[in-house]
Amino acid sequence: MVAVQETVERVRRIDVDQYRYGFETQIESDKAPKGLSEDTVRFISAKKNEPAWMLEWRLEAYRRWLTMTEPTWARVDYPKIDYQDIYYYAAPKPKKTLSSIDEIDPEILKTYEKLGIPLREVAILEGVEPPPGGPQTPNRKIAVDAVFDSVSVATTFQKELKAAGVIFMPISEAIREHPELVQKYLGTVVPTSDNYFATLNSAVFSDGSFVYVPPGVRCPMELSTYFRINERNTGQFERTLIIADKGSYISYLEGCTAPQRDENQLHAAVVELVTLDDAEIKYSTVQNWYPGNSEGKGGIYNFVTKRGDCRGKNSKISWTQVETGSAITWKYPSCILRGDNSSGEFYSIVISNGFQQVDSGTKMIHLGKNTSSRIISKGIAAGKSQNTYRGLVSAHRKATGARNYTACDSLLIGDKCGAHTVPYVEAKNSSATFEHEATTSKISEDVLFYCLQRGLSEQQAIGLVVNGFAKDVLQKLPMEFAVEAQKLISISLEGSVG
Amino acid sequence: MTLLEIQDLNVGVDSREIIRGLDLMVNAGEVHAIMGPNGSGKSTLSHVIAGKPGYEVTGGHILFRGEDLLEMEPNERAAKGVFLAFQYPVEIPGVTTMNFLRTALNAQRKARGRGELSTPEFLKKVREVAGSLNITRDMLKRGVNVGFSGGEKKRNEVLQMALFEPSLCILDEIDSGLDIDALRIVASGINGLRSPERAMIVITHYQRLLHYIVPDYVHVMSKGRVVKSGSKELALELEACGYAQFETAA
Repeated sequence: MVAVQETVERVRRIDVDQYRYGFETQIESDKAPKGLSEDTVRFISAKKNEPAWMLEWRLEAYRRWLTMTEPTWARVDYPKIDYQDIYYYAAPKPKKTLSSIDEIDPEILKTYEKLGIPLREVAILEGVEPPPGGPQTPNRKIAVDAVFDSVSVATTFQKELKAAGVIFMPISEAIREHPELVQKYLGTVVPTSDNYFATLNSAVFSDGSFVYVPPGVRCPMELSTYFRINERNTGQFERTLIIADKGSYISYLEGCTAPQRDENQLHAAVVELVTLDDAEIKYSTVQNWYPGNSEGKGGIYNFVTKRGDCRGKNSKISWTQVETGSAITWKYPSCILRGDNSSGEFYSIVISNGFQQVDSGTKMIHLGKNTSSRIISKGIAAGKSQNTYRGLVSAHRKATGARNYTACDSLLIGDKCGAHTVPYVEAKNSSATFEHEATTSKISEDVLFYCLQRGLSEQQAIGLVVNGFAKDVLQKLPMEFAVEAQKLISISLEGSVG
Repeated sequence: MTLLEIQDLNVGVDSREIIRGLDLMVNAGEVHAIMGPNGSGKSTLSHVIAGKPGYEVTGGHILFRGEDLLEMEPNERAAKGVFLAFQYPVEIPGVTTMNFLRTALNAQRKARGRGELSTPEFLKKVREVAGSLNITRDMLKRGVNVGFSGGEKKRNEVLQMALFEPSLCILDEIDSGLDIDALRIVASGINGLRSPERAMIVITHYQRLLHYIVPDYVHVMSKGRVVKSGSKELALELEACGYAQFETAA
């Protein structure tokens, strides 16, 4: 595993506290006043030149949010969040309207280069082998929608996508340019009243990505968004909406980083996916937000609502996530299997180290006939972290022939961390077949010694064993992400032993 | 040339003494057999030379080419050329044998100041050695030792030994769990690695193995020390008379 070796070499140069992406870009930003009120919501809506219906939608969500209380059922523990002590909007000050990537503030482009994402050079990844079984295109391309704090600063490959009829743009633009699509689908998978954090997001979301793939179109490239939180004390409220119309296919990649901060930063994103008849969405995430330092100080609070609706028959939604960052993670990418014969998948690798707390899993809601779902979860806990898998599989009365297979494996490194599995299963239909398997294991001293005796360093050994443990899921990632994910796995386990 | 020099070694586990004043000198090109009853400290000795955690060296020292081995991490010892063929090789699910071999080989090459092998060079080398040990390509694609039979695991150990080209090979009960055919393959693989630059320490209960791997010296261990050393004939004597005579001698 060459990638892992390179990673370990790189990791050697990084101190545990020296978060690799911990740098701050000096650019002027345009902030909303601190705190949350109807005025904040109006300010954001006005900044985005939104139509009246959108403002109404936001205000309704805001009023609903005022009546809600923060959920406490997750196995995470954090100090109370003061929602009035947060900036809800920060945009880099636009000098003029941007028509091409060359007009982006060079400071911002530099930030992306530091992240290893030079938009122009890296966006076309030449010579990368397609994943086994994946789309066999000779030159694979990735279109990047870069979200810098709250505004999408660049969307590459717009023209080529346009030729295919695919709409890929910041959601703020889609609200203005494709209001009929946004109105038809926004909030239909995650309603404004869904949960505390999703409702908050509905009121104050700043930007995010919008994708529409027309009927019968196989999106010609992987679409990718890089989120990055830069401004101090700004919560980031992304809103993503992806619609795969009948018979279409799209693969979407999401990557996230945030610079190092002392204050905890709130992130409450909402992602909604809709597949119509025979359509498929593959959504992959690699999340490596700042997890806090070695004493558990700082780090991102990540309260995310991700849900896909297999609305049409024979449709399919597949979530793959590699979660290595954030101080607190509260995230359950889910599938509503509404259409007959639809299927949902959830492949997850969650790594926690230091003082990280993760409560993540999925919900598979079987509503249609002969719907199937598959859950493969790999939790790796190291340091003093707590790693919980929480999942729900349910079959509705009418969901005859529903099938689920769940496998939850946990790997412990050291003896001060915890792994927990909380599966909920509800079958209201006697023909449903649900299987659940769970294992918990430890990297044993014997395995480590064996690897060391063969010349591997301890970090190399752990990287190798963990990558092996997570292999089933790594294989589900698009090739570019799989390599990145392998590296991340080793980086995030730096200092986990000893 | 003296490769390994162990002087007055004392080792304990949980304040229990396992090795008590052991001396051993191994020169390049020699094959030493260490025999002895269960609990005499044979495996402990192999672990301590390789650097397994959990043992406390309370006295003496181990020099490897004149360098203090006890000061080195296990992977540094490996890079210096110390190889231990495990009595119970571990399983590593999800990590293909091929990937493991390559990662380990390149780590050792790097530590020795040599460049990484290119993929074709590496594959050629592995297939060559694997063929001579009856290791199929399918085995190389499987997880390290996952679902391997006892014999396959031991052959995999010898494969690694051949690839890493160590200067000191310690074989900890390489014959345990092997039927006679597997034993022949493993022994011939090991014999093929005998060379004037390389030394071997063969740890075993039974004379049987020494019919196939003929040692230059035989040492009998009992209660944590070498109680008798001799030529290969000593092993035959042991086979005839058993260990009992040495138990009392110790």
